[in-house]
Formats: sequence, structure tokens, C-alpha cells
Amino acid sequence: MGLTGLEIFKQLPKTNCKDCGHPTCLAFAMALASGKASLDQCPHVSQAAREALDAASAPPIALVKIGTGSRELQLGNEMVLFRHDKRFEHPTGIAVSVADTEDVAAKVAQINRLVFDRVGQVHNVNLVALQNASGDAAKFAEAAQTAAGVTDFPLILMSEDPAAAEKALAAVAAKKPLVASATAANYEAMTNLAKKYEVPLVVKGSNLNELAELVEKVVALGHRQLILDSGAREANKVLADQTQIRRQALKRFRPFGYPTITYAVNEDPIQAVVDAGLYIAKYAGIVVLPTADPADILPLITLRLNIYTDPQKPIAVESKIYEIGTPGADSPVYVTTNFSLTYFCVAGDVEASRVPGYILPVDTDGISVLTGWAAGKFTPEKITDMLKNSGIADKVQHRKVIIPGGVAVLSGKLQELSGWEVIVGPRESSAIPSFIKQRWSA
Amino acid sequence: MAVTIAKEKWTSQVSELVIGTEPNVVKVGGEAALPFLHFEGRIPHRPVVALEVWDMEPEGWPAVLTSAFEGVLNDPVAWAKKCEEYGADLICLSLLSSHPDNKNSSPAECAATAKAVAEAVNRPLIVVGSGVEAKDAEVIEAVGEALSGKNCLLGCAKPENYKTITATCLVHGHSIIASSPLDINLAKQLNILIMEMNLAADRIAIDPLVGALGYGLEYAYSIMERARIGALTGDKMLAMPVICFVGQEVWKTKEAKSTAEEAPEWGDQVRRAILWETLTATSFAQAGGAIMVMRHPESMKQFRAHIAKMMEPNVY
Ligand code: B12
Ligand code: SF4
Repeated sequence: MGLTGLEIFKQLPKTNCKDCGHPTCLAFAMALASGKASLDQCPHVSQAAREALDAASAPPIALVKIGTGSRELQLGNEMVLFRHDKRFEHPTGIAVSVADTEDVAAKVAQINRLVFDRVGQVHNVNLVALQNASGDAAKFAEAAQTAAGVTDFPLILMSEDPAAAEKALAAVAAKKPLVASATAANYEAMTNLAKKYEVPLVVKGSNLNELAELVEKVVALGHRQLILDSGAREANKVLADQTQIRRQALKRFRPFGYPTITYAVNEDPIQAVVDAGLYIAKYAGIVVLPTADPADILPLITLRLNIYTDPQKPIAVESKIYEIGTPGADSPVYVTTNFSLTYFCVAGDVEASRVPGYILPVDTDGISVLTGWAAGKFTPEKITDMLKNSGIADKVQHRKVIIPGGVAVLSGKLQELSGWEVIVGPRESSAIPSFIKQRWSA
Repeated sequence: MAVTIAKEKWTSQVSELVIGTEPNVVKVGGEAALPFLHFEGRIPHRPVVALEVWDMEPEGWPAVLTSAFEGVLNDPVAWAKKCEEYGADLICLSLLSSHPDNKNSSPAECAATAKAVAEAVNRPLIVVGSGVEAKDAEVIEAVGEALSGKNCLLGCAKPENYKTITATCLVHGHSIIASSPLDINLAKQLNILIMEMNLAADRIAIDPLVGALGYGLEYAYSIMERARIGALTGDKMLAMPVICFVGQEVWKTKEAKSTAEEAPEWGDQVRRAILWETLTATSFAQAGGAIMVMRHPESMKQFRAHIAKMMEPNVY
């Protein structure tokens, strides 16, 4: 990636031996550049050339994996500075910290509950960050063991003391925790540990220059599963450093070609959440924060979902009949659009009404009610089509359909085209429960 | 390896908008860098907060919100004074009573309310109608005249009514809010139309019609980022400060309205709702928003605390 055919050609043997299946080295180079061939196909390429080409074709930000199994967290492979340029790839891992001096099992149990349903998907925090607050290696290892026993979330082992890190690793290395951190003072021991146990490692500098130097030293020792910490802890400085690291990585400054970790350590608990929000928007691979309060975590998880949604593809649901509860022949029929957010707002509120019902999301290419109406994608014609062809007429005896209050203007035309009686519902789906109790009879 | 700090060389800047008259003025805009990247260029003004005041008693607001305005929600003057007491940078008067479905109050009634509010507080004023374009034109025309010379920010102008509102701003010395639904080209077009009537670029604020956290925030976020990059690279039609109507979007969400009993898995309502409004606003500030129209004084306070930190220079 990023290399032209000619640049690749310079590194090849130039013998035109055809062993790669291409007529010439140049033809092979061109095929490589366009991604139609892989370097392995040339058996004669030198080790030096291979390394040079591998390095140049590696993604600007390395892919790093933490943990194992279904909770494995992948970070990196980011390609852009702004989400509108393409999209952000790997959502920020949210880590909740636990000190080895507190009731580890209890706090981890709280963290385990930070799982939320949003637009039909499950969203949760990703990591438990264990702090060696006690300074005691045995206590740290015991806490790691306890945590690993009660959660599937991968761990971050936060200790700059290689002895403590080693003891904890000996206990939980099989779960591939992230070790934090290698610093100027301990990097040799920490890197050796990370290599020995094959786990990812945080490299922490006291500023960007020191970070770059340290990364080079760690890489020279042979470890590449790295996460970067510039040492900044104040929000304004974190923003500046995160921006620099991302910019430099995209310019292929190699020491910064790894995901990052940030810490929301603001003393004010609300501000800590606000800072975490900033780090999610501004490139953090991981954000560590102390709170396991759902009131703090739900907004952050929602923000992450927003920022990491692919701008080219709204999340949509399939356009078909959805049954909420066990509806029957007299149950209400609601129409809405197939934008996930819209559909799940309505579905949640119909469910909350405790009156079973049918929901028909019209295919609007995944856009909301008003946007769909304004764009000519949520029309009386399309709704009529859905009423006629979805099979809903076989499921209910009545011919009454409830439409969103925001598009009341559709009702006349819809009634005329479909022959169904149109009931204009409330503007906000949250008013459906009270509306349906007052207004529905089949 | 020493790190060479990567600085973009921007060629242009956001225009500076002044609202109010001395000694009570608020200035926004003027940035020559991406939000809060002080190492790259000048950021002369912090984002500001306008607290919202209605000219009729709101219905359906959760107690979490109404409790901050106990006893003043049916009196715009008292409500505005309360906002001033809470330390709002500006007051945003929403003339919702003028909506035909509400009280359908007349332009003259609206103008009288606006005048009373303006006289009661020492804060610059934003005044917006009910969103019904034709009615807003009449209402804002009357309000603009009643507040002549006070240099308010009036809106919201849309393609259907920008002519009357622009003319009012020209004649009576106000600035204008230009609203367009989340589309960079529509925003530019409307700005062009307004400027063709000779209202200066530094008297326009762009309203991209934002969505709340979880309800379309990402669209507004990206539009703002694109507009800021446009402004910094010399697109004069995008170089206006951005106003975000945060409160009205946030306080209709389930996450802000549901009590802890209704949604036990979401935690305490006060904390959740305040964070919903605060994070919506801080995220927009990080994308380039300059004026946040908010509802809860506590969200305003939290927003401010974050902004104070972000305004500390991060030069290398
Ligand atoms: C995000 C957004 C977009 C996104 C689209 C995102 C998407 N996937 O839908 C983008 C940027 C693409 C967009 C584009 C446009 N948009 Co737009 N957009 C918005 C915005 C900010 C939020 C919409 C949203 O996601 N709402 C959240 C969802 C959940 O709301 P909802 O679908 O309406 O559902 C609620 C209710 O309707 C109700 N409900 C839903 N279904 C049902 C069913 C029943 C039975 C009941 C009772 C209730 C009910 O409950 C839900 C929850 O409360 C709104 C403004 C705003 N702040 O609301 C403008 C808005 C919808 N857009 C608007 C316009 C005009 C457009 C464009 C035509 C403009 C343009 N740029 O050309 C384009 C059209 C796009 C196209 N050609 O495809 C206008 C519509 C004006 C109008 N009243 O007609 C709005 C209202 C902005 C405005 N004030 O002018 N938009
Ligand atoms: S195998 Fe290698 S050396 Fe031979 S033609 Fe292909 S690229 Fe050239």
C-alpha cells in the first residue's frame, strides 16, 4: 500500500525469471502495487528487500489485539483524521479501572453489567484496568486472578513495577492482557516480559519525543504489539498529543504507528466523563476511566457508536413485519422507517405500552421519518405498497394504520391510496404508550 | 528520533461575530485553527452558552429540568433573569407561543415580550421564532424593530423567509441565524443568498440543525468539521461561527427524560440527563460549534468547565 510499481520494482531481483508467474519483474511489481499479487510469489526476493517492502506496505497504524475469544479487542488500522474522509475503523475500547486495594470482585461484577441494547445491537465496555495501587506484587497478582475469574473482559495490568507485572502475568497471561506500562526506567524488563508472555504492551513517554525514542528501543528489542501513551493527562494536552500521534502515523512516522491509550483522571467525576468523551472522538484507542456508573457509561457508549458509525452507511433494519409481544387480529399496526434508530425507538415504545402490535418499517434506505419524508422516500405510495404486499392484511382483521405524528400531512393521500383508515400518532414515539391506551380499539 | 510537530498551514479563518452592545457584548468565532489546537493558530474566543427561555410555559419537560426554573417558567422576564443569575453568556428567547398550534400570538405580542426581556437583563439576546417559516418572518420583523440597535442574533432564517429576516437585520442592526438541514451545500447557498442582500459575512451564524447524542449527533459533528476545514482553507461561505440548538434536541430524548424507575439499567436520571446535554455540547464544540443553546444550568456549568480547560494553550 502506498508504494508505486516502480518503487517496488527497484527492490526486486530484476532477472525476469518468471517464477512468480508474471512475464517480468516489472509486471510483477505492477501487480503487487495494485494488490493483485503478494510478495511471497517471488521466491528470489532478498531478506532486506522483503523487510523494506513489508514495512512500506504495512498499514499506517498497526492492528493490535488484546484478550481472547469473543471479547477480544482489536485496535488500530485507522486510515483517516476525520470520519467524513472515510470512517473510523475500530471503536475506542472503554476500560474501567479497579484498584487492587478495593473489593475487586464486587467492582468487576459492576463492570460486567455495563452492557446496553442500542439500535438492536449490544454495546458494552471492553476492558477491566487493574491498578497496582497497593504496590504489592502478590496482592496485584491475586487481584488479577480474581478479576480474570469473574469477567470475560480482557484485563489491563497497570503496574510499572516489572516484578508485580511478572507475578500477575504468570497468573493470567493466557487471557492476553495488556501490560501498562513500559517507561524509560523499566522498558527492558517490561519488553522482555511482554515478549515472554506474548502480550501487548503500553509504551509510556513523558512527552512525544521521549515516547518516540522509547518505541524505537522497544521495537529494537523485538516487540511490536504496542499501545502508545504520551504521558498527557490534562484534556487540552491529550487532545494535542492525540492529534499529533494520529497525524504523524498517517504520515508514516513509524514510531507512532500504533493505537493509543488515554486516561480520564479528572478529579471532578463528571468532567472525567466529559474528558473521556473527547478522547473517544479524538482518536484514543483505549480510554481508561474510574466509573462503573451506568449513568456515566451509557452516554460514552452512545457517543462512541455515533462517532464510529460509517458515514456512508446508515444502520438500517430489514423492511418486513415485526411483531412486538404476541399480537393478534385486533392488534395495532404502526408504520415507520427502516432507519435503525427510528425503528428501535418505536419498537421500544410499543413494547413499553404493553399492548402487543405490528410494526412495518418502510424501506427508506435507512433514513429517519422526517428526512425520509423530505427526501421523497417515505411516501403514501411506499406505505401503501407495504400495507398491500407485506402480508399484514392477512394478520389483522381491521384496516387501521398508525403513522408518525411528524408526517400527519400524508394521511389523506395514504387513506385514499390504501383504503386503510389512517390514525395520526404522536410526534415522539415515547408518547405511544399513553396514546395507544386512549385511542386504540380495533 | 525527534518528533517534528505536524502543523497544518491554514490560509484563512472563521469570521468574528459580535452580539450585543457595550458593555454587554459576546464575541465568537475568529479561529485560525481546528478546535482547541492552539499549537496551530489563534483561537481568540471560547465557545459560549445561551440558556433558553420560552414565552410560554413548556409542557412535558422532565422535573429534572423544570426544577431548575421553579416558579419562573410562565414568565419569560423572570425566567431570563434566572438564566442571568445562573451566569449564561446570552439569553435565547424562543417565541414558541407564536406557533399557530400554540397560542398563535401576534408579532406585536412577541415584540413586546422580547422588549421586556431585553430590558430586564444585561445579556446579549438571541431571539428565534417557532419554526413556522411564514409566521417567523412576521414575528422576527416585529421583534427586530422593537429591539432596534441592540445587535441581537435573530432567526431562524430558511430559504422560505430569509428575505424578510435579512432585511430586518439590515435595517435594525442585528445579525442572523441561517438554518439548513445538515447539508454543507445548502448552508453555503443560504449564506450566499443572505450576503447578496448585503448583510456582511460577519453578521451570520450557521445553524446546521443538530441532532442529540444518539440521535444523529454524528451528522452534525461531521458537517461542522467540514465547515471548519472549509473556513480555514478559504471558503468564505462557510467561514461563519456555528450555533447549535442543543437543549431542544437533548431534552426530548428518552435518555434525558426517563426516570431511574422507568429505566433502572441506565442509572440516576439527573446525572445521565446532565451528561447527555453536556456531552452533546462538548462534542459539538470539539467539531467547531461556537454558540451552544442549552437548557439546564448544570449542563452549562459542566460545559464551561470543560471549555475552560480546552482554552488553556497546548503549544509545543
Ligand atoms: C440526521 C438527519 C439527517 C441525516 C439522515 C440520517 C438518517 N439516517 O436519517 C442526513 C444528513 C443524511 C439528512 C439529510 C437530509 N435531511 Co435531515 N435531518 C436529520 C436530523 C438532524 C435528525 C433526524 C434523526 O435521525 N432523528 C432521529 C429519529 C429517531 O427520528 P424519527 O425518525 O423522526 O423518529 C421519531 C419520531 O418521528 C417518532 N416516530 C417514528 N416512527 C414513528 C411511528 C409512529 C407510529 C409514531 C407514532 C411515531 C414515530 O418517534 C421517533 C423518536 O421520537 C433532523 C433534524 C432533527 N434534529 O430532528 C433533520 C431533518 C429530518 N432533515 C431534514 C431535511 C429537509 C433533510 C434533507 C432533505 C435536506 C438536504 N440536505 O437535502 C436531506 C435528505 C436526505 C436524502 N436525500 O436522503 C428536515 C426535514 C424537514 C421536514 N419537516 O420536512 C429536518 C427535520 C431538519 C429540519 N428541521 O429542517 N438529515
Ligand atoms: S519471480 Fe521474482 S525475480 Fe523472477 S520474475 Fe518474478 S519478480 Fe522477477
